[in-house]
Amino acid sequence: MLKGVSLTLRPRQLLHISGPNGTGKTTLLRVVCGLLRPEQGLVSWLGQSISSVRAEYQAALAYASHEPALKGDLTALENLRFAVGLKRRVTAGELRASLEKTGVAGCADLPARVLSAGQRRRVALARILSMKASLWLLDEPFTNLDAAGTDLTGALLQSHVEGGGAALVVAHHDLKVDVDMRRLELGL
Amino acid sequence: MNVGSQVGSIEAFTLIVRRELCLSFRRPDQLLQPLVFFLIVTTLFPLGLSLQLSLLRDMAPGVLWVAALLSSLLSVDSLFKSDADDGTLEQLALCGQGLTVIVVAKTFAHWLVSGAALVLVSPVVGTALGIPTGVFPTMMLSLTLGTLTLSWLGAIGAGLTVGLKRGNVLLSLIVLPLAMPLLIFGAGATDRAISGSSAAGALYFLAALCVFTCTLAPFAATVALRITLE
Repeated sequence: MLKGVSLTLRPRQLLHISGPNGTGKTTLLRVVCGLLRPEQGLVSWLGQSISSVRAEYQAALAYASHEPALKGDLTALENLRFAVGLKRRVTAGELRASLEKTGVAGCADLPARVLSAGQRRRVALARILSMKASLWLLDEPFTNLDAAGTDLTGALLQSHVEGGGAALVVAHHDLKVDVDMRRLELGL
Repeated sequence: MNVGSQVGSIEAFTLIVRRELCLSFRRPDQLLQPLVFFLIVTTLFPLGLSLQLSLLRDMAPGVLWVAALLSSLLSVDSLFKSDADDGTLEQLALCGQGLTVIVVAKTFAHWLVSGAALVLVSPVVGTALGIPTGVFPTMMLSLTLGTLTLSWLGAIGAGLTVGLKRGNVLLSLIVLPLAMPLLIFGAGATDRAISGSSAAGALYFLAALCVFTCTLAPFAATVALRITLE
């Protein structure tokens, strides 16, 4: 599906991937995060193939697929505790602070199944935030978000990149961020 | 940028087991389904057969083990499926802990809520089937070894079929032939104990199978899951 794609991402950089449906944007993201193995080519992290530094690479990345990836029977806080807790030791206070930042502090103790699609997206964003990862890989992070949520996601992306992180974002929207941003448009 | 200390494998294992138990207890219908199935099948046999206790006692080991086998199959289908459907399996696969830790923890938690629970209610079923009380330790030990082995065989099958829409039929076709030695030796152990002979040989064989699957199945299930994730 993907041929001739070559990209490099450095700290304080954001790469915006766009393109029509079916051009392989999600596939590219899954290859970059290591969920899919490329038939040819290589994905490197700090100069080494990600398969040889898998644990370090996974510890440094936070991935958000187009699904919010929440368990409906767990509360928003429990979802965060079980997901982030596998990456790093984290306190409930830190997780609540992340939920506060993404505007869903009031949903912390509610089961994820009762949350709206937009609230679930915000909880997923809080998970990314809590992971304190240096590389964010986001697949359509603006889906189901209202105008305020879209602005908030942009602001968090900006703050992450300005703080020394890198981000690779698949989105149809134009990103309203004032950082070193490059754009990769995939075509059919 | 990664702030905070890294999480060790044992800590991650404990966290996943807690997550799985938490999810199971939030869904009592799913938690009780295999157990209720086991109880219904085993208690229907005494009602359907003649009232001769000796006939019931002769059939008891087979009935017990067939019900345990089918009950295990019933629950193992959802081992990875729910996580795959809602996207959390990808998050687990990228958590930096290695897929094997995830597979081991999830399978162990599955055994706790299905296999271990089944072992605990087996004396009730044993009484209904006319199994003498003195045989209960052998019966429970054989079921413990058997259900643990079944959970691991099921994990391989579940890993291979997680991406399929109706994978439960294929899962049965994969797991049932592999489980035949368990059925033969598991029922054999209980049968020998009922007839007063030594069940040691069958129990040793079950223990060997259990060690074999517990050692190799985590890797096989991990590879199966990785193939499906790709």
